[in-house]
Amino acid sequence: METLLNRYRNITVLLLVIFAQLVLIAVQVRNDQDVRMVRVWSITAITPLARVLETVRGGTSGFFQNYILMRDARADNRRLQADLDRLKMENQFLRTEISTADRAKALVAFQQRTQSRTIAARVIAAGAGVSSKVVFVDRGSGSGVEKGMAVVTPDGIVGKVIAAYPTASEVMLVTDPEFAAGVVSQKNRVVGTLKGQGQSTCKVDYVPSEEKVEVGEMFYTSGDDRIFPKGFPVGVVRVVRASSPYQEVLVEPSGLERGLEAVLIVLEGVHQAIPEVPPANAPVYLGTPPPPSPGEQVVQRTGPVGTDADRLLEKYRQIGATENHKFGEGAPGTKPPDFNIKVPPPGETQGTDAANPSTVQAPAKPASPVAPSPSHPLPGSVPPTQPPHHQ
Amino acid sequence: MTEYGDRYLVGNQREQVSRFRARVMLAVPLAAILFQVYVPRFLEFLGYLELPLLVTIYFALMRRSQIGGLFIGAFIGLAQDSLSIKQPLGMFGIVKTLVGYFAASVGLRIDVEHSVIRLLLTFFFYFFHQFLYWVLARGLLGRQIPFEIQLTLVLGVLNAVVGVTLFHFLDKLREPA
Repeated sequence: METLLNRYRNITVLLLVIFAQLVLIAVQVRNDQDVRMVRVWSITAITPLARVLETVRGGTSGFFQNYILMRDARADNRRLQADLDRLKMENQFLRTEISTADRAKALVAFQQRTQSRTIAARVIAAGAGVSSKVVFVDRGSGSGVEKGMAVVTPDGIVGKVIAAYPTASEVMLVTDPEFAAGVVSQKNRVVGTLKGQGQSTCKVDYVPSEEKVEVGEMFYTSGDDRIFPKGFPVGVVRVVRASSPYQEVLVEPSGLERGLEAVLIVLEGVHQAIPEVPPANAPVYLGTPPPPSPGEQVVQRTGPVGTDADRLLEKYRQIGATENHKFGEGAPGTKPPDFNIKVPPPGETQGTDAANPSTVQAPAKPASPVAPSPSHPLPGSVPPTQPPHHQ
Repeated sequence: MTEYGDRYLVGNQREQVSRFRARVMLAVPLAAILFQVYVPRFLEFLGYLELPLLVTIYFALMRRSQIGGLFIGAFIGLAQDSLSIKQPLGMFGIVKTLVGYFAASVGLRIDVEHSVIRLLLTFFFYFFHQFLYWVLARGLLGRQIPFEIQLTLVLGVLNAVVGVTLFHFLDKLREPA
């Protein structure tokens, strides 16, 4: 028996194992239940390995994804930086174009407005000297430019032509130390001579110390030098120092304030008036009064404007018309008109009209410290009306 | 076979029996099962690889022990069953038990170190495994699942090729004689 078992041991074990598994299947199928324990063993053995594998896979995948993303981000960054640089350059170019267009537009407008005959020119080069303030423009004798002609911009004078070549001209700027031009101040018409200093400011020479020049006022060309027509802006006074016998006046040239690109060469100058300085007590604008509050009496004054004498004359005229009396025709001793009868004051209607929003209340007194003349009321103001004076 | 012949055969077989460390015997089947349940999540086409079967065939062939082979097959099969949803425990267990037993029986009689022999044996046992599973599924569970011979043959070839490559690497895990 033992020999028999040894001889068929392998097949016996196989049959036992197969039989055991068949029983296992039969039990599961019959009871429709799992053998939970075996599954728990297997899953317990497998899941830790799967978790490790998933961690490694996720980490590796994440690393490569991040690496690829980072590479993409770096490439994107480079591309966007290049785009930004290009757009900045385009933006700068367009700004320059707009600025140039604005200047050209202003130049054309000034050219049409001024009475002098001018020709537009473009600054094409600067002088070579360190202290010399000279530029070259692209208009020369071929365009009618001659030595000594004035060069201006809408903002002010720029310089004068010191040499005219066939295709270009050399212009000495107002800041050149050798430049000089006759100027006059706007307020007090103080006359002087503008001289360049090789710096950004110019000096006005020969201004007597007793003359009054204020900081901030404008100087205009006086036309005395016979180069610059009278009335072109020169610059704003920045410094005034008392000195004897002449004051020291420094002016910032207004023609060079916004750089030099395009200029006008004055071929035939026409003197023009120096603009008046607005008076210090200039009329000020007065707005309409606020709307009346509910229940408030509103007096609308719409009569003719004038002085008290005018209003008195109007009153007498109405009294005369009421009593059919013609002034200056009655014989001496005749009955004079009754000046005590009540007539409505000229141009005055009194009543409550709160429901009418169009009625406005006259201001009590003007806001300006200087009362406006009744014959020249301030814009937007209504002159005060005197109450009727009974005599 | 004569008594001398039997002695010679057994002696020669004992010299050819491959030995593996216990951790290899445990880790490799686990890795094969893990591969089958994990990798097809990302690479679906690899689901056709029957790595647990290939590992069963390899260990049964190389250990040349019928009892060892059938237990290896039963162990791997039951583990595979337990990770299969709606699959009663024992289906893959019975199939792989038989595969392990017969593979070990073949390993006792022929030289299984040669790649062509391994290729043919792997192909044969893959087909046998699939057919036996189909028979058991129909006979024991009454499942009317189709048996596609052509597909099974093609997959058998693929598994055989992969198996030969896998066996080559598993050979390096053997303990030196």
